[in-house]
Amino acid sequence: MFGDYSLADLSSIFVMQGFAGLILFSVYVLMALGLAIIFGQMGVINMAHGEFMILGAYVTYLCSTFFQEHLPALFSAYFFVAMALAFLASGALGMLVEWALIRHLYKRPLDTLLATWGLSLILQQAYRSIIGPREVGVELPTWMMGSIPVTDSIEVQINGLFVIAVTTVITLGVAVLIYRSRFGAQIRAVMSNRSMAGAVGIDTEKVDRYTFGLGCGIAGIAGSAFTMIGSTGPTSGQLYIVDTFLIVVFGGAASLLGTIASAFSISQTQSTLEFFLSGSMAKVLTLLAVVAILMLRPQGLFTLKVRR
Amino acid sequence: MAKDTSDTENGLRSPLRRKLLMGMAGLPALAMMPRPTFAAAPTSAVNTTGLAVTDTEVTVGILHSATGTMAISETGTIQAEKLAIAQINEMGGVLGRKIKIIQEDGASDWPTFAEKAKKLLVNDHCAAVMGCWTSASRKAALPVFEQYNGLLYYPTFYEGLEQSKNVIYTGQEATQQILASLDWVSKEKGAKSFFMIGSDYIWPRTSNKIARKHIENVLKGTVVGEEYYPLGHTQFNSVINKIKLKKPDVIFADVVGGSNVAFYKQLKAAGIDLSKQTLLTISVTEDEIDGIGGDNIAGAYSCMKYFQSLKNPNNEKFVAAFKKMWGEKTVLGDVTQAGYLGPFLWKMAVEKAGSFDVDKVVAASPGIEFKEAPEGYVKVHENHHLWSKTRVAKALPTGQFEVVYESPELIEPNPFPKGYQ
Repeated sequence: MFGDYSLADLSSIFVMQGFAGLILFSVYVLMALGLAIIFGQMGVINMAHGEFMILGAYVTYLCSTFFQEHLPALFSAYFFVAMALAFLASGALGMLVEWALIRHLYKRPLDTLLATWGLSLILQQAYRSIIGPREVGVELPTWMMGSIPVTDSIEVQINGLFVIAVTTVITLGVAVLIYRSRFGAQIRAVMSNRSMAGAVGIDTEKVDRYTFGLGCGIAGIAGSAFTMIGSTGPTSGQLYIVDTFLIVVFGGAASLLGTIASAFSISQTQSTLEFFLSGSMAKVLTLLAVVAILMLRPQGLFTLKVRR
Repeated sequence: MAKDTSDTENGLRSPLRRKLLMGMAGLPALAMMPRPTFAAAPTSAVNTTGLAVTDTEVTVGILHSATGTMAISETGTIQAEKLAIAQINEMGGVLGRKIKIIQEDGASDWPTFAEKAKKLLVNDHCAAVMGCWTSASRKAALPVFEQYNGLLYYPTFYEGLEQSKNVIYTGQEATQQILASLDWVSKEKGAKSFFMIGSDYIWPRTSNKIARKHIENVLKGTVVGEEYYPLGHTQFNSVINKIKLKKPDVIFADVVGGSNVAFYKQLKAAGIDLSKQTLLTISVTEDEIDGIGGDNIAGAYSCMKYFQSLKNPNNEKFVAAFKKMWGEKTVLGDVTQAGYLGPFLWKMAVEKAGSFDVDKVVAASPGIEFKEAPEGYVKVHENHHLWSKTRVAKALPTGQFEVVYESPELIEPNPFPKGYQ
């Protein structure tokens, strides 16, 4: 298939293809990070994860319309405000849900699946009733549109760069929080042994609530970032949930590094295959590879050594 | 009352007195009738099959998804059908009877469509049903309409390969929509190579098959790529790179739903300028642009039979009435207009048949002309599809379309095209 093209053409296409894979990787990491905290660290199967993302996306949409109408001068900077608000809104809703629903189910982890599934249906209908069934798109500030020409034939998409930057910052932030801060130590203590953590004076209920809120808040940021890529509708969250679980499970549930490694391998496989095969076949082959590897290594790519 | 008359028959010999008395026996019933029906034919005559028709009312069902994924697309159709029915009622109804609506929600779930169709036909005895949107929902409900002899008006442009006694298709079938626009792009833009990209289900695959046959056999062009992505797919960077490598004259797109938005945003971000790269789509109406954003798709060509911006008196009236009923911000797409046609085509067929009976309405349908159609003029074909024109229009940054081509003649519907299967 490459016979008719010059070497320069080919090399620039490969560079762009690599960049496409990198964007997909960032998107996957961003999606999976919140779930890695909730599912990986807390063991809660949160089927409503996609809906928390969509809440973030809707907050971004509302922000963009608000800035357009009332503060057009600051429009170019609204995305940062929107991301912060998305984090707060999804995080607050997450903490509320933890208090009302999840904390009663810690001893019955499989029931969290049903409860959060129900929650996702309720949230979808709420979005539909409040915001409307139509999909909405977000107006981006001009500086985020278009692409930077690196050479004559290589162009780098600005919003792609932005997603990569956001993902890097958030991932580093989460890593520092969980592995270097006092709060992170408490989270890990509660997860590895809840009663023992309580016995040494950690307020486990509070830690649970903040952890869940943190996971949901990151989902909100992911949703906010996704408005640059796709549209937002009441059921858009469903599109992401399967991929998200796939990444977290494949990476090894309790490991942040595993999530990143799995997002990287899945995204690169998929974007490379998509280039050489058709879209549906690429997805099939990627899933087959994941299934095969999980059969050989049911615990996922990376696991923490814990005493059971 | 039948018993009364037979009693009098025995007692009264005079034929004149018998007639008088029989007439008097009918008087109370006459007094009970509400006034408008004096003009109308008696219910027993216009409804011999037990449909929900009274002297003043006839029941019509609306069956669309008001919830779920498809609510985005189907909401506009519901609104158009309700507008048409309200207008018909203002004009005095059908055969002197006002239309009463029973609305059911298919909830974007195909088995639910079958279930609700059965409810509308068996419990509610609807005289006609305006409904279904996706091919999957129509395929699910079709056996129900055929089994209980119902009548469905189906508004969406679709892949063809179907013709049922119990369905009137008010949207275009694939050859009507595709062939004229391919001819146009080949002639106008000198297009020789095409890259097809679509969502992975029956409609895009069938449409692309038809398009490919036409490109290869009639236009003598080449298809340099044909790609499908799962519904809801949002990462198109790889395929966009592939398009850049193949440099096709035309990108032929039938991506649907949320994927649409991602596709056009990423095309734009990847630096593919639609004012230089010709893109022809058969899946983007004004409704979709609402989500995509006019800036992202400006310059693309869409082929449909109807656009909101069509300039004719019928359409201006239609758009004004629609916005008055549903709000200034609403946009109208191809399927919305096709939904609007349904109730009027049914009304005319009923009045031509002089009956609500489904068999008679179906028999009267071919040849029905609707001169007030917003798209201009339509006529029902023997095969239950509509004769209609196809238009190609360019997307503007405002979210509206500017029509650049209109087929000179009405195009004959051909749901089973020879040589294209």
